[in-house]
Amino acid sequence: MIISDLLEETVLALSSNKVRSGLTTLGIIIGISSVITMVSIGQGSQASIQESIQSIGANLIQVQPGSERSFGGVAAQRGSAKSLTADDAQAIADEISVAQAVAPEVSSRYQVAAKGTNTNTSIVGTTSSYTEVRNVEIAEGSFITDQQQTSTAKVAVLGPTVSTDLFGEGVSPIGQTIRINGNQFTVIGLTVAKGGSSFSSQDDMIFIPLSTAQRYFSGDEYVTSISVQATSEKTVDELETEITNLLLDRHHLNASSADFSILNQADIIATASSVTDTFTTLLAAVAGISLVVGGIGIMNMMLTSVTERTKEIGLRKAIGAKRKEIEQQFLVESVMLTLAGGVIGIALGLGISFAVSALGIVSTSVSWSSVVIAFGVSAAIGIIFGYYPARRAAGLNPIVALRYE
Amino acid sequence: MIEVKNVSKTYITGAGSFDALKGASFTIKDGEFVAIMGPSGSGKSTLMHILGALDTPTSGTYILDGKDVSTLTEDELADIRREHIGFVFQAFNLLPRASALRNVTLPLVYKQIPKEQREKIAKAALKSAGLDEQYFNHLSNQLSGGQIQRVAIARALVNQPSLILADEPTGNLDTRTGQIVLETFQKLNREERRTIILITHEPDVAEHADRIIFIRDGKIESDKPV
Repeated sequence: MIISDLLEETVLALSSNKVRSGLTTLGIIIGISSVITMVSIGQGSQASIQESIQSIGANLIQVQPGSERSFGGVAAQRGSAKSLTADDAQAIADEISVAQAVAPEVSSRYQVAAKGTNTNTSIVGTTSSYTEVRNVEIAEGSFITDQQQTSTAKVAVLGPTVSTDLFGEGVSPIGQTIRINGNQFTVIGLTVAKGGSSFSSQDDMIFIPLSTAQRYFSGDEYVTSISVQATSEKTVDELETEITNLLLDRHHLNASSADFSILNQADIIATASSVTDTFTTLLAAVAGISLVVGGIGIMNMMLTSVTERTKEIGLRKAIGAKRKEIEQQFLVESVMLTLAGGVIGIALGLGISFAVSALGIVSTSVSWSSVVIAFGVSAAIGIIFGYYPARRAAGLNPIVALRYE
Repeated sequence: MIEVKNVSKTYITGAGSFDALKGASFTIKDGEFVAIMGPSGSGKSTLMHILGALDTPTSGTYILDGKDVSTLTEDELADIRREHIGFVFQAFNLLPRASALRNVTLPLVYKQIPKEQREKIAKAALKSAGLDEQYFNHLSNQLSGGQIQRVAIARALVNQPSLILADEPTGNLDTRTGQIVLETFQKLNREERRTIILITHEPDVAEHADRIIFIRDGKIESDKPV
């Protein structure tokens, strides 16, 4: 049988029972479209998580004090020790060439009051380089300057959430006075909203000069963390090593007794990625199961079709069709069904992915490899689940098949 | 030219073996119109299956156009059927949702003949079988019994077979329609010199042929001209 005849026979056979062909194809459509949608949701989540980690600051390393050990050897919470100072931060900035910018910070929560309202928020004492290191942008006014740092000025930069809490929506806080833990501060700036669902949202913070925070609140020279930005993505690991060596040297310690710990942003992204990868795999597996169910539907329909068309198969054999030709005919039928299902399923899956993303339900990212794989899988399902019915048709004895009622 | 020499067929069933044919021998020349007659269970269906290359004998030889068909494989038998044999069945066996023309072109599909040529040959065959041109594109389930059997005859003619095998072709038709179908066979035999074997259990149907081979209990009982 030549290919055009084979296709014509197939179209005729499938269109002679449109409802059944349609319903069977629906199984594949659902399977394929859910694979594509689920994978795109998984990958979209991964991308948005990575993006939100990146938004904290690119190529970032955070140095935190280690846990303080009492004489009995009982360890307190990590980061509670007072081992890092602003001088350590200055040394990193001065001595390590791959450190692009360094921002030490002291942070703590205090009650903040203004004009009869009050709120409880994070007060971050830091320096001018904080904006560069942590990707903070100023919406109004200005950030803390080096001059204000030197003069321990009582000035504050508000995050948009704090500003709304204290002064109301849309009111400019610039020039207003707020009281932090009993000390009066002048508001000099407002940061741009970053959004983000992170538990330490930068929108809900007040920034003041580091020297001011140390003098009026913590009362000592220590800092709670030092954020360091590497010159590029490639130098992050080098930076981590150099900071470790420098601080060990400055603190006169060896590696096993380090009184600080280093968080590398790349490590955090890797961890988050492995979580979302598992999530994506899980979603794809569930969708894959529906694809298998769809394939079983194809097999079921083809077996019914072979039984119904036993007489036709007998006739075809009587007029000279070979075993292989009968087998081909039924195999092409099932492959055509699954391919049609695959194409419609891909279109539907892409549509759903874009719709879900456009409606803002979840961000999705269609991976074209998943589309190609889905298409291949649908063809494979046609062959795998069509093979047995086709073999059965081809193996029929023409005499028995012709007599079948 | 058909040569059947000492052909036997034994079926092995769960209950034991059963000899359907016990050493049948005869020769049919090209252009003959032969009826094979016998009561049910006589072995005439088995004989028809062997003559139609649907089955092979347990012993003996069957030579069709100089070729020994008795020892061929399944696919080789399919080749013989495609090139040398045209079937007309009692139950017609047309594809129900296909047109008359399409039903007739089907054997040519398996001969890999291009579509246009196929339809030309099929139309000629339908005319030979006596179907009116206006019915060529009717679906086969819209045709009458007589018309259906004409389509079936055209399908048997279309591959220019050496042998047309008609298995109880009038069994599902009324007497008058059956008569027309039998006259069609006679016409094909006389005018186109087609070799036709008619399998039937009815004497008055068999009489339309030129020669009657009578079979009983798997043996040829008589073989004489009408």
